[in-house]
Amino acid sequence: MLSAAPAGKPPKDPAGNPDGDEAVPAPPSRGSRIGSVPIDLHHLSLFGVLAVLVAVGAVTVPEQFLSTGNLQLVLTQASVIGVVTVGVTFVIIGGGIDLSVGAIVALASVWATTVATQEFGLGGMLLCALLVGLGCGLVNGVLVAYGPMVPFIATLAMLASARGLALQISDGKTQVVEVDAVLELGLRDAYVLGVPPLVLIFAAVTLAGWLLLGRTTFGRRTVAVGGNAEAARLAGIDVRRHRLLLYLLSGLCCGIAAFMLIVLTGSGQNTNGNLYELDAIAAAIIGGTLLSGGRGTITGSVLGVLIFTTITNLFALNNLQSDVQQIAKGAIIVAAVLVQHRTARGGTST
Amino acid sequence: MSTFSLPSRRGLLFGTAAVSAGALLTGCTSNENNDAEDTDARRADAADDAPGKPVTIGFAGPQADHGWLNAINEMATERAGTYSDVTLEATEGSNDTAQQIGQIETLINKKVDVLVVLPADGKALTQVGLKAMDAGIPVVNLDRIFASPQAYRCWIGGDNYGMGLNAGRYIGERLKDKENAKVVELAGLDNLELTRQRTQGFDDALKNYPNIEKVARQAAEFTVESGQAKMAQLLRAVPEFDALWNHDDDQGVGAERAIQQAGRDEFFMVGGAGSKHAMDAIKADDTVLKATVLYPPTMAASAIDLARALGQGKGIGGLAEFEIPASLTLYSAVVTKDNVEQYLPTGFR
Repeated sequence: MLSAAPAGKPPKDPAGNPDGDEAVPAPPSRGSRIGSVPIDLHHLSLFGVLAVLVAVGAVTVPEQFLSTGNLQLVLTQASVIGVVTVGVTFVIIGGGIDLSVGAIVALASVWATTVATQEFGLGGMLLCALLVGLGCGLVNGVLVAYGPMVPFIATLAMLASARGLALQISDGKTQVVEVDAVLELGLRDAYVLGVPPLVLIFAAVTLAGWLLLGRTTFGRRTVAVGGNAEAARLAGIDVRRHRLLLYLLSGLCCGIAAFMLIVLTGSGQNTNGNLYELDAIAAAIIGGTLLSGGRGTITGSVLGVLIFTTITNLFALNNLQSDVQQIAKGAIIVAAVLVQHRTARGGTST
Repeated sequence: MSTFSLPSRRGLLFGTAAVSAGALLTGCTSNENNDAEDTDARRADAADDAPGKPVTIGFAGPQADHGWLNAINEMATERAGTYSDVTLEATEGSNDTAQQIGQIETLINKKVDVLVVLPADGKALTQVGLKAMDAGIPVVNLDRIFASPQAYRCWIGGDNYGMGLNAGRYIGERLKDKENAKVVELAGLDNLELTRQRTQGFDDALKNYPNIEKVARQAAEFTVESGQAKMAQLLRAVPEFDALWNHDDDQGVGAERAIQQAGRDEFFMVGGAGSKHAMDAIKADDTVLKATVLYPPTMAASAIDLARALGQGKGIGGLAEFEIPASLTLYSAVVTKDNVEQYLPTGFR
């Protein structure tokens, strides 16, 4: 497990003890590096992995894999978890963790399909999903930033209670959506120039996340807070408020994802978003985000999501069974992190 | 074996022949004709709707995070409510083995008369079943079976193998004249034994139809989300096929959505379990869903009936036995447009 932390750098204490080896000015310069060099060595290796997967698909199931329809499918299936991953990436870069994303997606999707929200149509359901996501994010953020809790525990508690609440509100039943405007968003007629609306939302969130992390003060502060919270505090950043904002951001992404899931499945269910927390964290880590905070990119995370989705797609098209799929997925996570470890050592020695 | 003799002896004392009476075990819908043709004096010893000796039934059900499991809990509670002589002590539903063991132990300590248990994991809860039987509390084991017959007095549940078998037969009969027919299977959670049984039954049925080939199988997770995701993949993997068997109507909501999104309709679909949503779609006949194979949650209501009969030391109507049977397997009927009216009342939401 030593390899979990990059060479010579002890894992960061989530409470922000000044145990990092970086000097105070390091975080801002690092932030701009992320902004100005969007494709680094690590991203290249991720593109390499994707290319290999595409090649495997092209060889094994060329007709099914290399079709427009399949490309649309892969992107659509990546879009919901992709939006969640963007939010989670911010939290992790900021030195935290969010285990509650899947549960928040479930709660928001259930809430938006029950409690009379369907009567208010598409707008009402969207607003409800966003508000529930933000509300949960706010609770997480307050607990972590101003309360006595470490992120792991606070968001674990949110995971349990949000799932419980979703179960209670839905009464264990699948809430089928009756609003045509919502249902139609998931159908082929709604495609814009061949692109499904969900993929457009995913692209928009990705772009927004990329700009926010790489081009704004907020992004630089996120990297600073995650890299060395004490240094960030001394540099004048309101670390607590910033942490709160990160969890709000993650909650907002969950709200968006919940709405997307409603569109995708035409229903809300308390089992929605099952294990999203693990998938999102895994995608972020594969994408080069340090679990201990202070480094990561949106591009990497999104590539991580695409790799996972492409693998799932390849497995299904080749009719592999779920046991094989799980084993292979685990192996790929290990392989990707080993690659990451290597590139992290070679590429970021400060 | 003294534990076994207790309910048995009581049964022998009180239970004489059980003739006619209501169709107690055929599902909760048929409460009619208790009076039937039979006025035999012995009939009083078969359990019926008339109030009898008060019975406290302990019920340890599943966590209701799925339509079918939710229906199990509802039907048990509802059924118990219809009897003035039954008190139901229901625990909070759980899918956690350790938690459920604790809940059942609490019920044993409360000295309930009979236990109805749908275990989160049959094998893992066998010990606590034995413990209850040791304490003289007969156990009605619902659906997921305990590892030892000593751990329950009566088992009632569905037929997973039969479900696959009947789905396969229905599809086989519909496609028997089609050359090189292709079928696709959207299975349930692969780490559950019941999923393997359903698939085995399906495969065995298809062996009778050499013209049919199962070209793809993917396992989903019994959820709408996984149903949508896996079905979308299957539809891409197999550009054209004739029939689809989906193990579960809940994930079927997602599967139907994926089919709708892909704009495909060259095949017909057979569902599983028997949700109201599926039956409504079959009745309306405007989607690819043409049938569903039952795995009725009414078994929970029947389990309450059995528990009550056990508690009152009675047999059941319509059988020559003194005792209630040691096991009862429900039939996995195929619901189609022709018979959907009959089954609609059992459809769960």
